[in-house]
Amino acid sequence: MTDRFDSVASVRAGLTGVDYLADDGIAGVVYLADRLDKPVLVEGPAGTGKTQLAKSVAEMAGARLIRLQCYEGLDESKALYEWNYKKQLLRIQAERNVDATWDEVEDDIFAEDFLLTRPLLEAIRSDEPVVLLIDEVDRVEVETEALLLEILSDYQVSIPELGTVEAVQIPLVFLTSNNTRELSEALKRRCLYLHIDYPDLEREKQIVLTKVPDVTDSLADQVARIVRSVRQLELKKSPSVSETLDWARTLVLLGVQHIDAETASDTVNILLKYRTDIEKALKEFSVNDDSFAAEGAGST
Amino acid sequence: MSTATDAPLLELLTGFIRELRSAGLPVSLTENLDAMEAVTHIPIEDRQAFKYALGATLVKNHAHWRAFETVFEVYFSLRGREYDLVDGEWPDVDVDDGAEGRDGDGDRQGQGSGGGQGLSPEELAQMLYQALLNGDQALMRAMARQAVRRYAGMEPGRPVGGTYYLYRTLRNLDLDRVLEQLMNQVHLDAPEPLTPLEERLERDEFESRIEDLKKEVEAEIRRRLVADRGVEAMAKTLRKPLPEDVDFMHATREEMLALRRAIHPLTRKLAVRLARKRRHGRKGPLDFRSTVRHSLSYGGVPAEPKFRYPRPSKPEIMVVADISGSVAAFARFTLHLVHAISSQFSKVRSFVFIDGLDEVTSYFEGAEDISEAVHRVNTEADVVWVDGHSDYGHAFEVFWERYGRDVSPKTTVLILGDARNNYHAAQSWIVKEIEHRARHVYWLNPEPRSYWDTGDSIVSEYGIHCDGTFEVRNLRQLERFVETLV
Repeated sequence: MTDRFDSVASVRAGLTGVDYLADDGIAGVVYLADRLDKPVLVEGPAGTGKTQLAKSVAEMAGARLIRLQCYEGLDESKALYEWNYKKQLLRIQAERNVDATWDEVEDDIFAEDFLLTRPLLEAIRSDEPVVLLIDEVDRVEVETEALLLEILSDYQVSIPELGTVEAVQIPLVFLTSNNTRELSEALKRRCLYLHIDYPDLEREKQIVLTKVPDVTDSLADQVARIVRSVRQLELKKSPSVSETLDWARTLVLLGVQHIDAETASDTVNILLKYRTDIEKALKEFSVNDDSFAAEGAGST
Repeated sequence: MSTATDAPLLELLTGFIRELRSAGLPVSLTENLDAMEAVTHIPIEDRQAFKYALGATLVKNHAHWRAFETVFEVYFSLRGREYDLVDGEWPDVDVDDGAEGRDGDGDRQGQGSGGGQGLSPEELAQMLYQALLNGDQALMRAMARQAVRRYAGMEPGRPVGGTYYLYRTLRNLDLDRVLEQLMNQVHLDAPEPLTPLEERLERDEFESRIEDLKKEVEAEIRRRLVADRGVEAMAKTLRKPLPEDVDFMHATREEMLALRRAIHPLTRKLAVRLARKRRHGRKGPLDFRSTVRHSLSYGGVPAEPKFRYPRPSKPEIMVVADISGSVAAFARFTLHLVHAISSQFSKVRSFVFIDGLDEVTSYFEGAEDISEAVHRVNTEADVVWVDGHSDYGHAFEVFWERYGRDVSPKTTVLILGDARNNYHAAQSWIVKEIEHRARHVYWLNPEPRSYWDTGDSIVSEYGIHCDGTFEVRNLRQLERFVETLV
């Protein structure tokens, strides 16, 4: 098993190369995941680039991305493998005239030819390097999580009729979760844990600069600062990084160079999605003036 | 502290993990081994990477990250170049010439560190101000150390916690005033008057810098304490409860904020879990008719017993909450939680009292933002009758008189409070009457059980008429109670 990455710094540089600005924590955990051959469980608020991380790592490593989107009701036949029932039936009918024993037929129809691979099995059977993304794992029921355990700890899938399929190469695995429920201890124990929070001021500014074409340095700075202030309010839904980017793009399209209160309030609906949040933000940023004046007069 | 060769490191890690466990983090054996392996892949000098390697392997819940950080700082604070504890010497950062003087102010407060003439308090304040104005990280760190040396008055072997020193240092720096000065400076520098938006942004910027400074001060104090008392003793003193274990009644402002953040995901989780439980609930009693009907397909053998669907009736909830100062936070959280999962109940009505009582259900109806509604409860509800000291007896009288007839056999009544009645009449007969009429009456008390019935607390006088009295001091207990309620 060769290592994909040399050092934490090289991971970071590599991710920057594919326009993903990682901080120390993110780069460090990706590096460790490779070295320890462990899956990474990524948690954090929506829209902070959890899914994007997996995509970017795939791009950086030149690997194929295999994605399993989780949902309530996901089962074995959608996640792991399924027998191609129709093909098996055809085969049995075709062999009706040939003198074959029961065992031969059974061996025949439970062979790899009749196996439909689903994302998890495909990820470990693939010869080329693979990044496996198991998206929104918190949506499946606790019982279904058990499906994942074997592949996450041993990189193998046991198929009763066929035996155990072991990984040709060990894929990098990312699981994302929006934390709508507590994941089971068994799952957490097998993973490295990474929490991606909203980026700090400087990183957010860099993200805006990287992702939004034609944005000026000063505009990116203003955007990042306003977003930081908005996030400090107690909102139903804080603006995510993707919303920050949308907002920055809008401002660039509108040809705004300097964000004043008016532009901000005209375009705030891109940043915030709830009416109450918008009202709160507008109130905070305009009324503030008077309250400060009163405070200032009191203390000086 | 010795250099990091393998054996001491292993020992240090073992101690570190033991401390994490004592702090309440569930660290399993495999995770322990993973951490040991992870650090072998990380260059030991890289403190950040080291921290994240340990974090990724040991901490699997973001709410525990802060606790982890604290323990980490204690155990590894004396490592790394810029964190060397050098007494009587400046750290190797570039500081303006004005700061070249030796540290340690030799006055009565700074006995812990060496002598020598230092900056005058005015100079210190001035430089700190400059550092904050320009956002100069290195200077800020230097100033934080200087300030601790000067103001904290730390003495070796003194059994005082870090908060005391922190408080002393910050009081002397008077950062609120500095913030106003900074804002005034910005006003002066601006070519034209600032718009409210710009004003706000500047303020947020400075506030975040001041926050950084506070962290530096805290870290410096911690470093010195660790050097003085040793790692294990310090870790024990600094041990803080995890968010779900924070006591409602004694939460600091910061912990309160963390609690408020924790409550939203908690309600979401609870709602999902409760809905699921309802859906997959236990089977009901045997449905004889259906079983016989289905037996026809097995030739009359009742091979497949059929059960009635359980129809757990959704309870109707009445929350009666004391919102006087001492227990206000607790009442707020409970109201918030109960209303956030109100879809799990057929009806929720809330009443709040101090010595008078008022119904506040309408505040929550149609309110999109529950915290807003809770805020209104605290400001608008008419709960003061005479003097604004808790009077459970009178509050219950009002409740019984006005709303008593609404209590039905379907109703579950929750009474929240510490039952500290200020020696007023108890009127516990009302609780008894309510209990007769309602399905259940539960009393939730945010005080530790050992304090019950001490002083003016008369919780057992009420408690004997309730179906249950519960100690609910933290989110964990609250969550558990709510789950049993449904």
